[in-house]
Order: sequence, then structure tokens, then C-alpha cells
Amino acid sequence: MGIEIGGILSFLVSFAIMASIYAIFSLGLNVQWGYTGLLNFGIAGFFAIGAYASALITTPRPTGVLADYVDQAIGLNQPFLVGVIGAAIASGLLAALIGLLTLRLRGSYLAISTIGIAESIRLFFNNEPWLANGPEGLSGLPQPLHGLVSPRYYNYIYLVIVLAFLALIYIALERGIRSPWGRVLRAIREDEVMASADGKDVFLFELQSLVVGAMIMGIAGALYAHFSVAIQPGVFTPLFGTFIIWTMLTLGGTGNNKGAILGAFLVWALWSWSTFFINRIVPPGFATRAPFIRYILIGLVLVIVLLRRPRGIIGEERQVSRF
Amino acid sequence: MPELIVYGIVLGSIIALGSVGLTLIWGITDLFNCAHGDQMTVGAYIALVVGSLFSRVGFLQGKVGPFSFNWGLLVAFIPAILISAGLAILIDRWVYKPLRRWGATSIVGFIASIGVAWALRGLIYILWGADYHFYFHGIRPMLFLPLGIKVRVDEIFIMVVAWAAVVAVYLFLARTKTGKALRAVADNPALARVAGIGTERMIVWAWAIAGALIAIAGMLYGIETQLRPEMGWIFLLPLFAAIILGGQGSITGALVGGLVMGIAQQVSTAWLLPSYKPAVAFILMVLVLLIRPQGIFGRR
Repeated sequence: MGIEIGGILSFLVSFAIMASIYAIFSLGLNVQWGYTGLLNFGIAGFFAIGAYASALITTPRPTGVLADYVDQAIGLNQPFLVGVIGAAIASGLLAALIGLLTLRLRGSYLAISTIGIAESIRLFFNNEPWLANGPEGLSGLPQPLHGLVSPRYYNYIYLVIVLAFLALIYIALERGIRSPWGRVLRAIREDEVMASADGKDVFLFELQSLVVGAMIMGIAGALYAHFSVAIQPGVFTPLFGTFIIWTMLTLGGTGNNKGAILGAFLVWALWSWSTFFINRIVPPGFATRAPFIRYILIGLVLVIVLLRRPRGIIGEERQVSRF
Repeated sequence: MPELIVYGIVLGSIIALGSVGLTLIWGITDLFNCAHGDQMTVGAYIALVVGSLFSRVGFLQGKVGPFSFNWGLLVAFIPAILISAGLAILIDRWVYKPLRRWGATSIVGFIASIGVAWALRGLIYILWGADYHFYFHGIRPMLFLPLGIKVRVDEIFIMVVAWAAVVAVYLFLARTKTGKALRAVADNPALARVAGIGTERMIVWAWAIAGALIAIAGMLYGIETQLRPEMGWIFLLPLFAAIILGGQGSITGALVGGLVMGIAQQVSTAWLLPSYKPAVAFILMVLVLLIRPQGIFGRR
């Protein structure tokens, strides 16, 4: 009995860690899409860059026998926090580059371009083994404060770390979005021409929004990498890296930071808990296919929310500046 | 190199066929349908099921002429096309029509189409699993052309069917009354409505054509390689690239764009890893967007 409760608890802790990491992604997307109206469908790309940047910064270059099996262009062996900061910077730089090229494009064009960029990044990590070991990926990423408790309980510490990042980012965004800067972003979303007529440099603000959102996504990518300890290009697929996050933000409430977090927890619960129920009801021979029911669930949730409740569960509130 | 160009034309014919419906929908409803690739997968798998059913009938078991597939599959094309067209109409009625009715922007439709795409792909994974499927097994007869070009006999069939379907749709759009009305809506929806053309009815026609053509493209691609749940998604970027290169709603543009994307992808394998193919199509597309955003045959 005691083991069972322990098992449930540890499952809940890893659930909360992943949901919180997704909540950070969802907050990043909310800056870009929710507040500025930029269609970033390449979250998986920033996810991958963040995760790989932190991995390359925090691990040492392989030596000895390991060097025969693992190829890694960079290995700085720096602490966790340096990795996270590096992930944010790398992801932000990529966003600036992408923004300079593609922000001239409108609406769906930007969406399709970002899908393509994310897929190209994944293909690049997959096909260029000299950079980060190709399809095998990197493993043995360090975990912060690892010696503090026995490995069995380590996830509790990591949950606290992730929640701290989530809280910090949430507070920073809530302040930022109520500042004059945030007002300009929303003005651009509502009417670009008007914002431009009011003397705002629309392109510059959109670029800032894209970069800020991408830096948040980079941080989330790094947090994911150090949680799972090993990363491969196969993780950063369009579903797992991009569209599930769109479903989260859409369900929770586009343009509302609380909604972004709520949506992440709900969709991740649907994704990770549905397997239990599915495995219980499907016949044994069907077990390998059953997890794909979740594809249908995610797809249907997205479509039904857009049809029935496009504002999401919470939806955007009237934003008034605080003095 | 000439061989790669020939392979590119084969692949480009399939992309061109698939992109006609996509650009028609884009022209008429302003929607980028992200589920188009997965509708292609659905079409291919329907033909697999119906084809294997038909193959139990004695006189459909024989191979078709010099080709690798039997009559069962060929006959299965017809129900697969009809089911795929019906599915496209239903998806429009359940998802995009309600969105149009309350005046949602095309971006909301775009996001919804991603949900549709995942639902369809989930369905395929559940019904057929993640394994590869084949329409037929065994050796595929080859044809030796001058310049040292080897093509499969099946590839001749693929090109003939693809372009026959394109010509049929072209004639439909150019000659029939419905076809002309469709083009009018694609060209200027507001003006067409003033002229008394029922826009919603034309949208149903556009989805039916798109569903039928993408099913054919899926089956031809299935004959060329194999069936797998992600086959349509891999095709989506080249399809988008083709119609953006061609310009919104331009059939001719989509055909040219499709051929360009097919040839570019295959020829790129002379220097790049084949797994970079989708990236090649995508980079071409971004270049087009940056240099000539309205496409080659674009009207705006």
C-alpha cells in the first residue's frame, strides 16, 4: 500500500514538472500569439535550440572511450544556470534572425514558414552528427542540486526549481504586459495600421515580442532537457513540440497568462492520464496503437474549443494599467 | 542528373496533383488547409482496404498489364476517391463552415485545420498501426530509357493518371457552368455573390474536388513508395511551397509550382542527404515569399 501511494506521488510530481515546463512554453507563445498576434508554429524549433544549447553548455566534451561513440562539437561543462541562460540567449538570437527574415510575412505565411524552420532545425540536428551526436542525441545532462537528496526524491527538488522559473516568468510577464510596452503589443494585435499611425515602430515591437517569447521557450527547453537528462532530435516533433502547446494556450485562454498555465496543466493531464484509461478499456492486442487515441483527443479538443469557445476557458480580461 | 530530373518529374506530378485542390480552397475561402496532407494519407489507406477486399474477387486478382498492382487496386480507386471527397465535404460542414458563419478569420481556420490533421492521423494510427503498408509485394518491373535513365513502369502509370486527372479538372473548370462559377468565386468572392452565384455551394464543390484529387495523389504516392501514417505530413510542406510559388488560387501556378518542388527536391539529393528533401522545398518557399510574395502567377 505504501509503495502504491509512493508511486502515485512520484507520478504526480513528474506530471507537475512536465505540466509546468509546458506552462512556460504556453506563456512564451502567449506573448507572441496571445498579445501580439504572431503565428509562431515553430515552437519545436526553439524547444530544440534551448534544450541543445543547455546540453552543449553544461556537459563536458566526451573523452576516452566515450569519444568514440559520442560526437559533440561543443562541451563547456558549465553549471545548470549558465546552461539555462545560454538556452535563452541562443533561442532569442534564433528568433531575432527568423524575425528579421519573416516578420514581413503576414498571418498564415508566417505560420507555414515557422513550421518549416522548426522542421529544418530538427532535420539539421538529426543529420549532422558532428554537432550533437545526430539521431542518438546527448545524454548525461547534469541536474542541479543533485547531491542534496537520494535520487529517488530528486524530482521534488526539480519541481521546486521549475515552479520557481514558472512563477518568475509569470510575474515578469504580468508586469510587462501591463506596462506601456505590453499596451503597444496589444495595439499591434488589434490594428497594426493604427499602431503604426500612432508612431509605433510595428516591426521593432513585433521583433521584441518574438524574441522575448522565444527566450522563454528556450528556458523551457533547457528545463526539459535537464529533467529528462537525455535529448534526441526525435523529441522535437511538430506534435510534441508545437501543436500540443497551441492546444494548451487555446484551451486555457489566449491572451491570458493564467489561462496559458491552466491550459498546459489540463492538456498535459489529458495527454498523460488518458493512457491509463485507454489501456484499461482496449483489448490487449491493441495496446501498441491505443496511445494514438491521444492524437485524436488533442485534435478534437483544439477544434471543439475553436468552434464552441474560441476565447478558451478563462479568456482575455480587460487590461488596465496599474498605477 | 537526368535520372534525378525524371524522378523529380514523377514526384512533382504527384505534388502538382495534390496542390490543385489546396490552392482552390485557398483561393475560394482564404484557408491554408493543414489537414490536406493527412487527407492524402486517408485516401491512400482507404484504397488499401477497398483494394484488398476487391482482390478477393477472382477476376480482379490479375496484375494490370505490365504494372506491379492488380485490378483490385485499380478498381478501388473509384470508391476511395468518392469517400475522400465525401470526407472533405463533411470536414468542411462540421469545422470550417461554422467558422465562416461567425466570421472567424482564416487564421482561426488554419489553427482548426491542424486539429483536424491530428485527429485524422490518430485515426490512421489506430486503424492501421505505425507499420509500413504496401499495395503489392514482389519485384517492380523497370524500364530502361536513353541517357542511362531507369524508371519503374509504375512511374509511367503515375504520371499518366496524375496529368489525366489534372486535365479533367482543368476541363471541368474551363468548360462547365459550375466550373466557371467556381473560378469566379475564387477570383472575387464578393463580385461572384453579387452575380448570383451561391458561394457556399461552390465551396462544397471545391472541397469535393480537393478531396478527390488528394486521394488520387495519395494512392499514386502509395504505388510509388509505401503507405505510412506520416506520408501526408511529409508532403504538406512541398504542397504549401508549390501553391505559394504558384500564387493564391492559381491552378496553373500550382501545377508549375508542384513540378518545380518535385524536381528541386530530387535534384538536391545529388548534394544533400535525402532526408533534407522537405527542408529544400521549404527553403525555396521562403525565398519565394521574400522575393515575390504573390507567387509567379499570383493576382495580388
